[in-house]
Amino acid sequence: MPQGFFFNVLDVDKFATRDVYGKVLAELAESNRDIVVLTADMRLSNKTNDFAKVHPDRYFDFGIAEQNMIAAAAGMATCGKIPFVSTYAAFASLRCAEQIHTDIAYPNLNVRILSTHAGLSLGDGGPTHHAIEDIAIMRSMANMTVVVPADAKSCAKAIEESVSYQGPIYFRLGMGAEPLVYKGDFDYNIGKANIVREGSDLTVIACGICVMAAEKAARKLEKEDISVKVIDMHTIKPLDTETIIQAAKETGKIITAEVHNIIGGLGGAVAETLAEHGLGIKFKRLGIPDVYSAIGPPDDLYARYGIDSDGIYNASKKML
Amino acid sequence: MHRSIEELQEKAVEIRKKILEISAIAGGGHLGGSLSMVEILVALYYHAMRYNPKEPRWPQRDRFVLSKGHGILGLCPILADLGFYPEELWQDYGRLDSAFGMHPNMDKIPGIDMSTGSLGHGLSVGVGMALAGRLDQADWRVFVLLGDGELDEGSNWEAAMSASHFQLGNLVAIIDRNGLQVDGSTEEVMALEPLAEKWRAFGWRVIELDGHDLHQLVEALDSLPPANSTQPTCIIAKTVKGKGVSFMEGKGEWHYGGLDEEHTKQALEELERSHPGRR
Repeated sequence: MPQGFFFNVLDVDKFATRDVYGKVLAELAESNRDIVVLTADMRLSNKTNDFAKVHPDRYFDFGIAEQNMIAAAAGMATCGKIPFVSTYAAFASLRCAEQIHTDIAYPNLNVRILSTHAGLSLGDGGPTHHAIEDIAIMRSMANMTVVVPADAKSCAKAIEESVSYQGPIYFRLGMGAEPLVYKGDFDYNIGKANIVREGSDLTVIACGICVMAAEKAARKLEKEDISVKVIDMHTIKPLDTETIIQAAKETGKIITAEVHNIIGGLGGAVAETLAEHGLGIKFKRLGIPDVYSAIGPPDDLYARYGIDSDGIYNASKKML
Repeated sequence: MHRSIEELQEKAVEIRKKILEISAIAGGGHLGGSLSMVEILVALYYHAMRYNPKEPRWPQRDRFVLSKGHGILGLCPILADLGFYPEELWQDYGRLDSAFGMHPNMDKIPGIDMSTGSLGHGLSVGVGMALAGRLDQADWRVFVLLGDGELDEGSNWEAAMSASHFQLGNLVAIIDRNGLQVDGSTEEVMALEPLAEKWRAFGWRVIELDGHDLHQLVEALDSLPPANSTQPTCIIAKTVKGKGVSFMEGKGEWHYGGLDEEHTKQALEELERSHPGRR
């Protein structure tokens, strides 16, 4: 590598998610000439600068003009490029919804949207900078794949897989300092949920940072002899319904947890699956209760809306 | 194959007749804006552009983005005439599962480089294509045809700014300046003038011409700077909405509609008389 760094997915523990994708892309772009990276005056905050330093000719800063950037990425994809487009999730999913729908999803182009700072991760940024509707918007677009990595390692793996994946992908990434869920090497495939922990009394299906929160809650419940299954449903679409159905049949109780409006996100997707399969089990969606979030530090907001480990613990106790 | 200006003018008349024929099958269409851009398309497809109908996605082709996707009636007969698909493809125009509707779909119509329809997207897509061509050091160009009313969309100006910033000499925007949009004249609805000055201020090389004069169009397209040059070109083509059919010319109400038998007959007779050899 020209800049003298080497990235290995097994060696990622020292990176936060936000530090990962720029480096992964820089590495992948060494062997794939079609990878290009686009950003909208975010090269420093979304760390795509790591790519820019190594591949300046394939890095395009569009300034604060996200709609133009997204449509340009579509144009590049029609010419065989694999554009990774990075901006804040709030702008990608809301301001650029039509460009993503019409220019990327409708023609089924290989654009990868790296939406950073999703959910409430920009806490005191307030609702203008929160993205709590993006899963609902993106998963209702035909052809679109929606991936919500739980940590830096899985983010790296998903990005690596995405290079050869057909069709558009919306990556929902957080602020980037999320604790690691995965240790060592592990299987991670877009469209296939990961069982983080086996359990028999109840299942928590989570995505993003709520996976770690669920894992922590499960550890606490284990001490009370309550066995909780934790599923990292990192791909919201296409949804791994088989794993959901199996968990419903095994544990009879499901809680979903996500940093998203409870309408239309992971919880909605799981609910649709349970209902359509006639699985009338105990079920609870944890998320933001159809309000614009308060302003505050993210951890305080997660506590407010019951999507931190205490919230998941309490919801589990209540359901049991 | 080199065609004389007179041959190109003949093509324009034939394409206009086809537009009316297809709109009759479709039960209507965006006639005004399809008729206004005929010479622009004829100059591009029968003179300037490089493509291969047998290999519609030939990587070395020039790209064309119909940003005013509602003008598909004008492009549809040209691609058939060039051999991208047989005329049978539009015989079910607008019906269930037809390849053709009000706007072009790149996955259903051979020769369409980008699906369009919603306004204000095409120039940005063209910027992306031009960047890809630049990366590959290719000599093909990107042509984007925009409506003038469409320029109300702010995204066009984001695209305009980025095209000059990225120094895309391989990008050509052509504006079908017919002066009318749905609610009235462009200057009444949302004034665009001074339009050429706006594009110049955004860093573009600007050519203003008569969009129905094939001499001028051919000359402008022949004088384009090489694809590896550094300034994008904007051609503002002054046109008449509904051009070629007297009762439609300059009439906003023909933005979208269908013709009854009597009007169709009159329009076809007028077009027949307008053949360059018979004028």
